[in-house]
Amino acid sequence: VAMAAALRGPGARFRWRLAAAGGARVAARVAAGQRDYDLLVIGGGSGGLACAKEAAQLGRRVAVVDYVEPSPRGTRWGLGGTCVNVGCIPKKLMHQAALLGGMIRDARHYGWEVAQPVQHSWRKMAEAVQNHVKSLNWGHRVQLQDRKVKYFNVKASFVNEHTVCGVTKDGKETLLSADNIVIATGGRPRYPTHIEGALEYGITSDDIFWLKESPGKTLVVGASYVALECAGFLTGIGLDTTVMIRSIPLRGFDQQMSSLVTEHMASHGTRFLRGCTPSQVRRLPAGRLQVTWEDRTSGKEDTDTFDTVLWAVGRVPETRSLNLEKSGVKTSPDSQKILVDSRDATSVPHIYAIGDVAEGRPELTPTAIMAGRLLAQRLFGQSAALMDYDNVPTTVFTPLEYGCVGLSEEEAVARHGQEHVEVYHAYYKPLEFTVAERDASQCYIKMVCLREPPQLVLGLHFLGPNAGEVTQGFALGIRCGASYAQVMRTVGIHPTCSEEVVRLRISKRSGLDPTVTGCG
Amino acid sequence: MEAALSELTPEADVPVVFVKQRKIGGHGSILKAYQEGRLQKLLKMNDSEDLPESYDYDLVIIGGGSGGLAAAKEAAKYDKKVMVLDFVTPTPLGTRWGLGGTCVNVGCIPKKLMHQAALLGQALRDSRNYGWEVEETVKHDWEKMTEAVQNHIGSLNWGYRVALREKKVVYENAYGQFIGPHRIKATNNKGKEKIYSAERFLIATGERPRYLGIPGDKEYCISSDDLFSLPYCPGKTLVVGASYVALECAGFLAGIGLDVTVMVRSILLRGFDQDMANKIGEHMEEHGVKFIRQFVPIKVSRVACRFVDSILMLKGKKRVVLMVAASFSALTGKIPVTDEEQTNVPYIYAIGDVLEDKLELTPVAIQAGRLLAQRLYAGSTVKVRLTSFVSLPSGIMGLSCLLANVYHSYFWPLEWTVPSRDNNKCYAKVVCNIKDNERVVGFHVLGPNAGEVTQGFAAALKCGLTKKQLDNTIGIHPVCAEVFTTLSVTKRSGGSILQTGC
Repeated sequence: VAMAAALRGPGARFRWRLAAAGGARVAARVAAGQRDYDLLVIGGGSGGLACAKEAAQLGRRVAVVDYVEPSPRGTRWGLGGTCVNVGCIPKKLMHQAALLGGMIRDARHYGWEVAQPVQHSWRKMAEAVQNHVKSLNWGHRVQLQDRKVKYFNVKASFVNEHTVCGVTKDGKETLLSADNIVIATGGRPRYPTHIEGALEYGITSDDIFWLKESPGKTLVVGASYVALECAGFLTGIGLDTTVMIRSIPLRGFDQQMSSLVTEHMASHGTRFLRGCTPSQVRRLPAGRLQVTWEDRTSGKEDTDTFDTVLWAVGRVPETRSLNLEKSGVKTSPDSQKILVDSRDATSVPHIYAIGDVAEGRPELTPTAIMAGRLLAQRLFGQSAALMDYDNVPTTVFTPLEYGCVGLSEEEAVARHGQEHVEVYHAYYKPLEFTVAERDASQCYIKMVCLREPPQLVLGLHFLGPNAGEVTQGFALGIRCGASYAQVMRTVGIHPTCSEEVVRLRISKRSGLDPTVTGCG
Repeated sequence: MEAALSELTPEADVPVVFVKQRKIGGHGSILKAYQEGRLQKLLKMNDSEDLPESYDYDLVIIGGGSGGLAAAKEAAKYDKKVMVLDFVTPTPLGTRWGLGGTCVNVGCIPKKLMHQAALLGQALRDSRNYGWEVEETVKHDWEKMTEAVQNHIGSLNWGYRVALREKKVVYENAYGQFIGPHRIKATNNKGKEKIYSAERFLIATGERPRYLGIPGDKEYCISSDDLFSLPYCPGKTLVVGASYVALECAGFLAGIGLDVTVMVRSILLRGFDQDMANKIGEHMEEHGVKFIRQFVPIKVSRVACRFVDSILMLKGKKRVVLMVAASFSALTGKIPVTDEEQTNVPYIYAIGDVLEDKLELTPVAIQAGRLLAQRLYAGSTVKVRLTSFVSLPSGIMGLSCLLANVYHSYFWPLEWTVPSRDNNKCYAKVVCNIKDNERVVGFHVLGPNAGEVTQGFAAALKCGLTKKQLDNTIGIHPVCAEVFTTLSVTKRSGGSILQTGC
């Protein structure tokens, strides 16, 4: 009775069954002031797992709780978070499948006797991708085990600021308490529920990678990198794909580069509906979907039939079912993301938040991973190092890839003024495109620098094959304060696309033709 | 004295100044000659009665390759009268090619295209795992590939001719030979000779592959000069040599499905990091290339049943012997120069592969050519940095240092997972100088797109990259290059660097 009374303390209205003796033990420990773990991580994704493993390596008692609420379509997945299951990994693999389609066509020009055209089997690809993802789920579980991190596949919500209740798929409940808690629950795709039929008939990136059957003729609604990357690989594997964009593509990215990205997609088979917003999705008797939309410029309505409608209109943080108010953790009224300071601490001192769920953080795997590790080191490893979110490089894996680091041209001009910014640029042709007779019109590089000597590099933008590989090293250079002169003094590796970066000599200001010709 | 002077010259006053046996005149004439630059020219010239009064060209460049063309185009910018003499002596097999030099015709360009053809063969195999319904075995047509490659090269040859014409650089397809101070003889392929004079000369003749000097080598063997335009498939090939040229050729020949053996006298890729060189050899062996180590060929003959169709000689490069006033190293035939690319003859310069002790790379030659022209004609003082970090075919750069922390890791490109290719074969390593803040002094990567990966890191190294900065940089996910931002295991520690796929 005394135990029950103690349990009924702050969470008086919280009902739970004392079915497990474990629960009683937890309660007893909590009552005695000794908690189960040094660190409890809510969310087994990029950030959460990195934090947990680092803390465990520092000798702490760590637990990770991870749970995937099925998507409206019913899709679910294992340990690893967005990146592993419904993000970076399957996305890049399907992007690769699409690129291989292009390579098969190229191969003919290079002497390979391939019968064309070649058919693509979604089933085969999806199975291969899903198998790889499952192996990663497994790998993560093994890693946690090896590092002695306890893992629970339970849906967590706060009971109080040190205690979390975890519920399994079957409804079984456990209590977990910890000195420190890290919220790393990430985000999920947003459904435009104001559009009739959106929820019932549309899918999102949560579902596309797990479809067993081909999505067929697809309408992708959105202008984010998620939208463009998905539309890109769907087109590449031979599907009839349309992208519906309300205003501008890749908001937040350099707009000149964004235009080139979509230009390339448009000239390679993706249909774009610009300035349009969908108003309704209906299911037709045969099972296909009829979408009605409004063209904002003309005001006219139009309609078409698709097999699949993919919503890529943004993501929302996974905070709704956490019962944050029980813990006192505050969220942003606009974004619903968790408010954090530079040390990743929330409004409650011992509760932290990292990754996509935290306000003001880039929604990227590598930043979440690093943040998680640094946080663990600050908590348990006598380190004071904070994350530096400056000059984080990224790549958009559209059919023609876009890698960037630093400021966009617009940002640089806004910050420093047009007169103080010098932009060097070039249109180039990858050598491999020549024999393959590929169109290189959008292969473009620009380096945004300060005009005053030594001309510090503020940003680098590369559009072309293997953009991520090209950009990574230069991101390091920018981190070291590279100047235009230093980059130009670097001898090029010949023949590559990346060498064109160290050969950028034409400035936008000069008005000269920036097309690269010949070898030198 | 005045009487004697008035007999020799029409001058009436003294002093009368003579420079190198040529009369300039009195004070006014000397001053004028100095202001016009003629005096300096006279003082620089070799003693000879045979000096041309004026020159046909400001600059004659012998060799229309990467270095020569870069210098020509740059010099033309400063309104100089430039001529390029380019001539390709046919190989023993009779192969020849157009303007552009080694890189364009028988080097970087065709090599990378054929490498791409080989990579596409692998891509065809991978594509099946990704759902593409491609036949299991796809045949490769050598002639189709070579034709496409040669067409592209032809367009480059043409492009260079147009570029030279646009910049008003005179081009002659003729073999240049010095015949005296400031004079050169140009012989075209019909034997017609022309003589030109120039204030300055630039030797950028490059190199050619060396033959071993064994019986049958010239009759039956080919070199990289022949391979890229060979009108028939080389078939079962023996590649003799261990340079990057040998391994790259062996690599793409195997990649397009040919039976390839590499004969190596001692070690692979001399001068490169041997750890990396061995990994490359291992990888090639695992992918079907046979190696015969510690053997040298002693004879080549034609056999009735043609066991070996082609022997590719890639042992090293023959040095060009020049009949010029410039000195050349007695041992190698290469030309030694100052750090301003000047030979022992003040008005003769040299750049590119023909130089002694310099890196044999197109971008280095291009930079040298451009900078030279700027120094000669635009008042620049910038020289080629001898310590430039350059990247070599498998992404190797900088130094392999002993007093260092070497961080390393295997990595598995995501794209290789689905087709179950080679886990724990791709390899990344950085060499850091312990005594200098763990500054990164060496960068090595073995994996796909190594050149694309390495270029940016080369720039970063130039900016003084340290291990700490490397660690603090966010990786781009998921790409191969990001492995460098998470290197934590040193060789010294002996820790495991095997990847488990997470």
